[in-house]
Amino acid sequence: MRFTLKKDKSGVVIVGVEGQLIVGNRQELKQKVLDALEEGSRKFVIDFSKTGYIDSSGLGVLVSLSKKIREQGGELRLAGLNADLQTLFELTKLDTLFAITRTAEEALAAF
Amino acid sequence: MKLDVPSDLGMVGDAVELVANNLPPGTLSPRRISFNLRTALAEALGNAIRYGTGEDPDRSVRVRVELLSDAVRIYVVDDGSGFDTDRLPDPTRPENIEREFGRGLFVIRHLVDDVAFNEKGNGICLTLRAGA
Repeated sequence: MRFTLKKDKSGVVIVGVEGQLIVGNRQELKQKVLDALEEGSRKFVIDFSKTGYIDSSGLGVLVSLSKKIREQGGELRLAGLNADLQTLFELTKLDTLFAITRTAEEALAAF
Repeated sequence: MKLDVPSDLGMVGDAVELVANNLPPGTLSPRRISFNLRTALAEALGNAIRYGTGEDPDRSVRVRVELLSDAVRIYVVDDGSGFDTDRLPDPTRPENIEREFGRGLFVIRHLVDDVAFNEKGNGICLTLRAGA
């Protein structure tokens, strides 16, 4: 499991989640995103195209980050969910809380 | 298969992989192993370590995997005092949707075919049926 952060030319931070986002690594993701927020970034895309599974702690950290980013006038978008992950967001109704796009490119274009 | 998982949230991912990678081929579909089993087991272990053993490094959580002819059963038991599973709020209600915690059992119930608890409330049994 690994998190990667890169910034596109318009300043959007793209976070890649490789493997899983679960109780054991949620804090690492949270800290990386909060550090970028602290440094002035306001637009974020989390790309799940290389993610196998997300547990409820992972979902919870996304909810928490979304709130913190919104409080700073920013926006968090999610992208690249596979069919199972999309279903997970739908059954928890978190699909109503997040802007979700098929690909990270689509998320970037929507900012 | 039996294993004792140290009461360390950082061990959850490795324990899940150990169980998932040691299931005999054909037990469940690869997709159910990749997503349903892994997610549900991570939930159960995370709950047991966080709420059951309080992340105490001197304690551990027991996992036992039973292979049946038509299903896989996974028991996760901690040595805590248990909790009342009937008193959990619905995480999909509008007033709960922005809460950070409280989705674990809800997610488990949607990912496996059957969920059972022991009387004390410190043990959960996840059943995933083949062909479901």
